[in-house]
Amino acid sequence: MGKTVLEVNDVTMQFGGVVAVNNLSLHVEEGEIIALIGPNGAGKTTAFNVITGVYAPTNGQVKFKGELISANYPHGQMRRKYLGEQETLDKYSAKKSLTPDRITKLGVARTFQNIRLFKNLTVFENVLTAKHMRSKANFLSATFGLNYKEERKNRQETDELLTLLGLYDVRGEIASSLPYGKQRHLEIARALATRPELLLLDEPAAGMNPQETDELTAFIRRIKEDFHLTVFMIEHHMDLVMEISDRIYVLDFGKLIAEGTPEEIQNNQRVIDAYLGVQKDE
Amino acid sequence: MSRKQKNIGTGILILAAVVLIALFDNDVIGNAYVKRVLNLAAIYAIISVSMNLVNGFTGLFSLGQAGFMAIGAFSVAIFTVPEQYISSIFYIEPMAPWLAAIRLPFVAALLVGGLIAAALALLIGYPVLRLKSDYLAIATLGFSEIIRIVFTQLQTITNGALGINRIPGITTMWVPFGAAAVCIGIMVLLIRSSYGRAFKAIREDDIAAEAMGINLSFHKNLSFAVSSFFTAIGGGLYAALLTSVDPKQFYFTMTYNFLLIIVLGGMGSVTGTVIASFIITGGLEWLRFFDEPLSIMGVNIPIFRSGLRMVVFSILLMVLVLFYSKGLMGQKEFSWDGIYRQYEKIKGRLKRTSAKRKGGAA
Ligand SMILES: Nc1ncnc2c1ncn2[C@@H]1O[C@H](COP(=O)(O)OP(=O)(O)OP(=O)(O)O)[C@@H](O)[C@H]1O
Ligand SMILES: [Mg+2]
Repeated sequence: MGKTVLEVNDVTMQFGGVVAVNNLSLHVEEGEIIALIGPNGAGKTTAFNVITGVYAPTNGQVKFKGELISANYPHGQMRRKYLGEQETLDKYSAKKSLTPDRITKLGVARTFQNIRLFKNLTVFENVLTAKHMRSKANFLSATFGLNYKEERKNRQETDELLTLLGLYDVRGEIASSLPYGKQRHLEIARALATRPELLLLDEPAAGMNPQETDELTAFIRRIKEDFHLTVFMIEHHMDLVMEISDRIYVLDFGKLIAEGTPEEIQNNQRVIDAYLGVQKDE
Repeated sequence: MSRKQKNIGTGILILAAVVLIALFDNDVIGNAYVKRVLNLAAIYAIISVSMNLVNGFTGLFSLGQAGFMAIGAFSVAIFTVPEQYISSIFYIEPMAPWLAAIRLPFVAALLVGGLIAAALALLIGYPVLRLKSDYLAIATLGFSEIIRIVFTQLQTITNGALGINRIPGITTMWVPFGAAAVCIGIMVLLIRSSYGRAFKAIREDDIAAEAMGINLSFHKNLSFAVSSFFTAIGGGLYAALLTSVDPKQFYFTMTYNFLLIIVLGGMGSVTGTVIASFIITGGLEWLRFFDEPLSIMGVNIPIFRSGLRMVVFSILLMVLVLFYSKGLMGQKEFSWDGIYRQYEKIKGRLKRTSAKRKGGAA
């Protein structure tokens, strides 16, 4: 295993008086599959939103492949209102926040907990759109078709990707007309079309039955190999998490309460109390 | 339907349009009034498709059409009005000499207007379009009014409230229709390009679009600037069609015409917009009698007065939004396959009813 892909240092995200993520630190190494678990409202999605640049953190920093992508510290009014961990309050003094599209360009792609497809576009268009960001043509040459080679290549690659992910036969369908499971697959396909190194999956198995979950497990493994990915995912299905993850982070009320291998987490009393004990079957 | 059949169909349609325009243009059919309405409809089609680019394809809400149109219209008026008339038109205060010295051919004046409009669009768009929520509607509405007021004040440039007349007119229908074909054609190409797909992605879900690497601010500004460019081109043609402009023509109510057109045609449908432009422009002319005083059996009906037309118009808009929110075409475009499907559907229905009737009889 090589370099660190993702590094989250002392990240706190405070909304008004709500500290959704409190002093979270974690790291993801190249080629790993890492899970982030925790009860509802623990702050998992918020952590993803900070990593992908949707929110600028209140404190702390995020690095992707060693490069700082966002950093902040409590200043101005926030300094008085700050409710997060006090220990790291004065640790940072830099401010930086890349917009989500810039972060995606660096090689971080994601899916959403509540599927966010381009609903009225076809399956093919959904994936093709994700290729726009890597095309070089400016709008004039794209309008007048001077980039036809690039366009043709993008279309070809889109079809190849759809074939690989078993979506080719529905390529002409409108995205919102697909069955739920396929929509989840399409969202992953679209994320892959941005050619990421790090793939963030927010509850990819939500709403799936055990059989579908098993299929998804195999699917994630396969794309991880095929696309040389590092995977960081939020998931509630414990079977999937325990089977697939190299390491697991556990979040409760915004705070990291445990990290370790699946065995360690399964035997961790705090985790059992906080999470596994109250876990309800979906 | 085979590709060849479709191509033949499209060819026939284009040929029919060309023949029709030629017949109108050479006064074989119709008259000057009909010609004028058709020309206006073609110009409105350009402006409406531009508006749809932003509102229907990019999912923003802009209401600045009248303002951008005014820029194009005055650009044509200022730069193409013949030198010998300038002093008589600008009789209160003379036109600024540096401006009077610049006389441009029609096409150049159109392009200047378009470029100024695009630059102003970026000026408004850059601060406003960065915000996540939609302040664009308010900003563009305000902008449109500001432009109108500024144009009323700039006596030495726009001749103020008097406006400019004796603008060289449009002599043939090929000018507005040719311009419409070119402008709408370019916008269609843009919509079909990967930039157009990015616009649609933003419309569908801006958070997802941004997560797919699409720079929201850049693409929103691009769409808005291109739209403003072509709106101004439309405005310039409008000035040449009327041969006179004054700021009062560009009240923000003007924008509602185009809003009605894109709502009727379908937000996100170019062909729907073009069809609706002709329906609405024709319909508005037809509705003109609402604005005339009307007396039935010697009694004056008091509500028939100037302005009633717009009331009727607003009611139509409301009815449309309430009962027919997708418009004629929704987000679809005209296609032979679509026509064929409709045809099959109707045929199927006819067959079924006749079968039922037979069954009932037996
Ligand atoms: N934009 C926001 N503004 C205010 N509060 C927010 C915002 N986003 C999240 N929160 C709050 O942060 C807390 C954590 O939410 P988050 O969605 O991150 O939880 P989660 O761990 O993903 O939960 P779930 O398992 O239900 O998806 C919640 O209390 C939520 O209400
Ligand atoms: Mg969540």
